[in-house]
Amino acid sequence: MSEPPAIDPTKIREVLAHKHGRPLVSCCWDPRDRFICFGAENSAAEGYDDLLFRLALASAGTPAAVVPCTGGHDSWAWSLAIAPDGATLISGGYDGRLCWYDLAAAAPRAARSLAAHDGWVRCVRISPDGRWAASCGNDRLVRVWNVADGSEVSRLSGHESHVYHVAWRPDGSALVSCDLKGVVKEWDAAGGACRRDLATAAPLWTYDKQFRADIGGARAMAFRADGAQLALGGMTKVTNAFAGVGQPLVVVLDWTGGEPRLVEAKNSGNGVTWGVAWHPAGFWIGLAGGGGGGWLRFFKPDATDDFHAFKLPANGRCMALSPDATRVAVGMADGSLRVYALHA
Amino acid sequence: MTRTTNPACRSLEHVVSRRSLVHGIGALGGAAGMAGITGHGLGLCGGLAASAAIAETVRAGGKRVLVIFLHGGVSQLESWDPKPGTDTGGPFRAIPTSVPGVHVSELLPHTARQMHRLSIIRSLDTRNGDHGRGQREMTSGRDQPAPLDYPHLGAVVARTSAPAGFSLPGHILVRGGGGGAGTSAYLGPRYAGVVMEDGQPPAHTARPDALSAEADRRRSLLRSRMNDRFAGRRRTADTDAYTQSYDQALDLLEQRHVFDVSRESQRDQDRYGPHEFGRHCLLARRLLEHGVPFVQVNHSNYDTHHENFDFHIEQLGEFDRPFATLIDDLTVRGLLDDTLVCVMSEFGRTPRINDRYGRDHWGTAWSVVLGGAGLQRGAVIGRTNANGTAVEDRPVDHGHLFHTILRGVGVDSHGTFHVAGRDHPIADPAKGPIDELLT
Repeated sequence: MSEPPAIDPTKIREVLAHKHGRPLVSCCWDPRDRFICFGAENSAAEGYDDLLFRLALASAGTPAAVVPCTGGHDSWAWSLAIAPDGATLISGGYDGRLCWYDLAAAAPRAARSLAAHDGWVRCVRISPDGRWAASCGNDRLVRVWNVADGSEVSRLSGHESHVYHVAWRPDGSALVSCDLKGVVKEWDAAGGACRRDLATAAPLWTYDKQFRADIGGARAMAFRADGAQLALGGMTKVTNAFAGVGQPLVVVLDWTGGEPRLVEAKNSGNGVTWGVAWHPAGFWIGLAGGGGGGWLRFFKPDATDDFHAFKLPANGRCMALSPDATRVAVGMADGSLRVYALHA
Repeated sequence: MTRTTNPACRSLEHVVSRRSLVHGIGALGGAAGMAGITGHGLGLCGGLAASAAIAETVRAGGKRVLVIFLHGGVSQLESWDPKPGTDTGGPFRAIPTSVPGVHVSELLPHTARQMHRLSIIRSLDTRNGDHGRGQREMTSGRDQPAPLDYPHLGAVVARTSAPAGFSLPGHILVRGGGGGAGTSAYLGPRYAGVVMEDGQPPAHTARPDALSAEADRRRSLLRSRMNDRFAGRRRTADTDAYTQSYDQALDLLEQRHVFDVSRESQRDQDRYGPHEFGRHCLLARRLLEHGVPFVQVNHSNYDTHHENFDFHIEQLGEFDRPFATLIDDLTVRGLLDDTLVCVMSEFGRTPRINDRYGRDHWGTAWSVVLGGAGLQRGAVIGRTNANGTAVEDRPVDHGHLFHTILRGVGVDSHGTFHVAGRDHPIADPAKGPIDELLT
């Protein structure tokens, strides 16, 4: 058995470029490392069976195979989650629905589709033990579902604006959510009670007085492996919301409290942090995309700036880390899914 | 009232701007105010009295126009011309409306239930992507840049539709963000838009706290006596205008309650909602009920180059219920038959979704909504192609729209204003109304 490669983000390199053609909106890596699933904007042909796809990761010399996952949404599949055992893919869409797929099927087709939120499902995440899925949306609710049968476990209310993201603590002990205004809540997922509001991620939210609109929310959220930190991605210092003039930001909260730490992308221009992930080698990865182009950013847990930033060929919109943490996949606005190795 | 001769200006209409008089209230009796009025007259006047032919063709008789201006350029794909399931359609779905076979975006569920009272034009091709130009073209009906400054629709409606002796402003802009002061151009300052910034009453229409009612009355009485004495020997059109400006200002002060939306019932305030656009829609209803011929309500902002979908959820979420409530109220109160409603922007937004989930400026194939007064209801005029990138049927532009709105309130849009010895066509003579939209 070969030694795992030495992780060094400064040696990042592209190892796969799948040209899908339509801009991607979501992606998720199979925990068993067989597939990457991704959602995309509609193609020119009218219909809804071309919104969600499964890309089989090829062995050396074999072209990647892509099949559509059909029969689910009639709008973009905005958020994807795969159960830890790799058996089930759950997608959440702008149509307010959650859809279940047998990921190993030759031609995955939605086996279950349920109305989960009134309006857009902004995020779905499956618990570390694979039993529950949490979803959130524009109805200001967080809902918890039984992955096995789709029944509702709990309905968590308390947010006062659209709920943008959810994340499970790695030990499964808590579920957290963040809304448009940057309010972060910790929930008892089973009982339905809000345990506390964490330190606010308010720098992620702005009311633009000129355009008279809110801009904000966590566009990405992830825990450190030990659960000691929670990172939230978004945008800050917005001077023109409608032109997207603002800085990509990651807010890092300590689980035990204290002031949030702000990690700004000082050198990557305007944009939003659309993805965030903890790497077991001891650093955070952020995906920034916007007027300043697409960037992968790498920063240490105690830092307020990147130790490395990698310019992408197009705006990144979604990101997933491989199960062995040697690669990162980025879904892009130019219609490509690109995989980068984090080593030489 | 006698209108005496002035070698420069025979018309009071040109020298008496309600806006200027209101702004001048703070400096009552100041010579500068007089000079300003006269200056306008000297520069612009020359006998505005509309031709008898115009007067005869104006059948307005209390008809009104309400424009809802969605500043920044609302996306037609997220509103009136959805293309779900196509490469340009975005993530939102279409929903049925109260008109069988007609769908709008799912972001407009309340408005969808009012569509039998409204019509959609889906074939605007204005070929413009500039905010300022679009705003001017859509509200003046003329191509820009133009050799002449043309009056805003509100000025034209105020000029043609305000009943004789109407003492409130005839052209009011309720500004909730966005620009647009509503120029009256050659029609003179009397018809320029009076701005209610953030829905607040026009500036300087409240008696200063330091001035008691009795002191104010005595001061007005003194001014009146002095005016009468002066007029007895040296009366001119300018002095008449000056006097009338005070009389109108006093009328306006006495009717300040018209601008106070808090006088509406709590139930109605709740129905329209607590946010700004809801209050402004209720205020528009109030103004229309008091006979104001032209009201424009701005809703800002739709210039969504970034995250178009999030922002349209937010903005149309504010727009939908108050607007639908307003249409319903106008109908129930019998006002819609005499009130033409138009929802417009300076342009639409690109079918192409950019790499920041935004849509950019687009004037090639977009939509407006019209209803009420003398217009067909429940109609859809024109058609775009499958993914909304081009007009396939019945292309029209701001010029056609301008004619149509005026015709809808009984104005012969092919008529002319006679000002300062010149004939000014009311609307672009190269264009005409959308006949199939007229009843």
